[in-house]
Amino acid sequence: MTDVAIIANGGANIASLRFALDRLGVSSRLTADADELRRAPRVILPGVGAAADAMERLHALGLAAVIPTLTQPVLGICLGMQLLFEGSEEGDTECLGILPARVTRFPDRQGFPVPHMGWNQVVSRTDSPLTRGLADDTYVYFVHSYAAPVGPWTEAVTDYGGEFSAIVRHANFHGAQFHPERSSRAGQRLLANFLALA
Amino acid sequence: MKGVRFRDHKVVGDILELAARYCAEGADELVFYDITASPENRSVDRSWITRVARVLDIPFCVAGGIRTVADAEDVLNSGAEKISVNSPALADPDLVNALARRFGSQCVVVGIDSQTVGDEFEVYQFTGDPDRSRSTRRRTLDWVREVQDRGAGEIVLNCMASDGVRQGYDLRQLQAVRSICRVPLIASGGAGTMEHFAAVFAEAGVDGALAASVFHSGAIAIPDLKTCLRARRVEIRP
Repeated sequence: MTDVAIIANGGANIASLRFALDRLGVSSRLTADADELRRAPRVILPGVGAAADAMERLHALGLAAVIPTLTQPVLGICLGMQLLFEGSEEGDTECLGILPARVTRFPDRQGFPVPHMGWNQVVSRTDSPLTRGLADDTYVYFVHSYAAPVGPWTEAVTDYGGEFSAIVRHANFHGAQFHPERSSRAGQRLLANFLALA
Repeated sequence: MKGVRFRDHKVVGDILELAARYCAEGADELVFYDITASPENRSVDRSWITRVARVLDIPFCVAGGIRTVADAEDVLNSGAEKISVNSPALADPDLVNALARRFGSQCVVVGIDSQTVGDEFEVYQFTGDPDRSRSTRRRTLDWVREVQDRGAGEIVLNCMASDGVRQGYDLRQLQAVRSICRVPLIASGGAGTMEHFAAVFAEAGVDGALAASVFHSGAIAIPDLKTCLRARRVEIRP
């Protein structure tokens, strides 16, 4: 049986995520089938691209209504994390509405080019099962122009001319703004923690 | 491949082995250049990208031979994080818009080969082949502004006069580009010592520094370089 179902929402570059799961000895399957998603022990919502396109595809696939009803651990990565929120300033898009906030674009600030691209530190705010075993101030790899505000859902923050949510959680829904699949040992640890969730 | 002032191209060894080595040593990102792809007008065998993606757990970018959205899709689906375009963007600037629209700006790197000509900086083309390398007569600062407006998410500025000679990055040119560049800027060309890296971060405010020959030859070990930069308060992953 497949350990992880990866939601096929049409974005390019699912390969690096699948290879990272392979390195952890975990089988994964790319799928847009609602029943298969409901049955999978773990679900990952990846995302590279624009929020509006991604939501359009999820609606077209009939998954926008399914994802919020999933009960197993779900992990949104990068744009996939942003889609868990109510909405995004990117294309003024309504998203999945699992987390009660809007994702906004980084303001233009001297010394902080957008996209925020590269290695930056995550600092835990709570004792999250996802960050267990990670040193504080661990560097992970980010690539994004939009970010989620800090709120009760925030488990870890990153500072880029101001703090934003780096790791979020609501019930069984988890999200990472960075790319664990490209964040070296720290990212591997986070993925392993996600796979180990009860 | 690596280039020494664009005129002495050498194959530096098995890429998988090299990729794994740099990754283990703490490189933050790898860039794979097929610098012969554009001038010879041939397509690239991309099976190696998947092999590289399987072993690497850091981001990597592929440059060379990407002329269409389909080429880029092929590279990204194989597991690369980013694609870098240079000559094809000069030939068809709309390619930058098309790539950014399809994949998002964060995937789209524009590589610029630039040289000081009189008081100006000019963009060069076909630099992989000394017989075809020529100035486009475009001013580098204009081209940087244009590609950012078209959706480039990162700029790698390769200062040709410095490339491969290990006399330091071209700080004057990088400062000029930094002052108008709103997206991440990566310095390329000229690294010879750890001091050169420290200087380019401190004096040109770049977001990253790219080097090839000093790493391939073993002249600079990445862990030593990172220790040196951290001691100079450059914010960098240990």
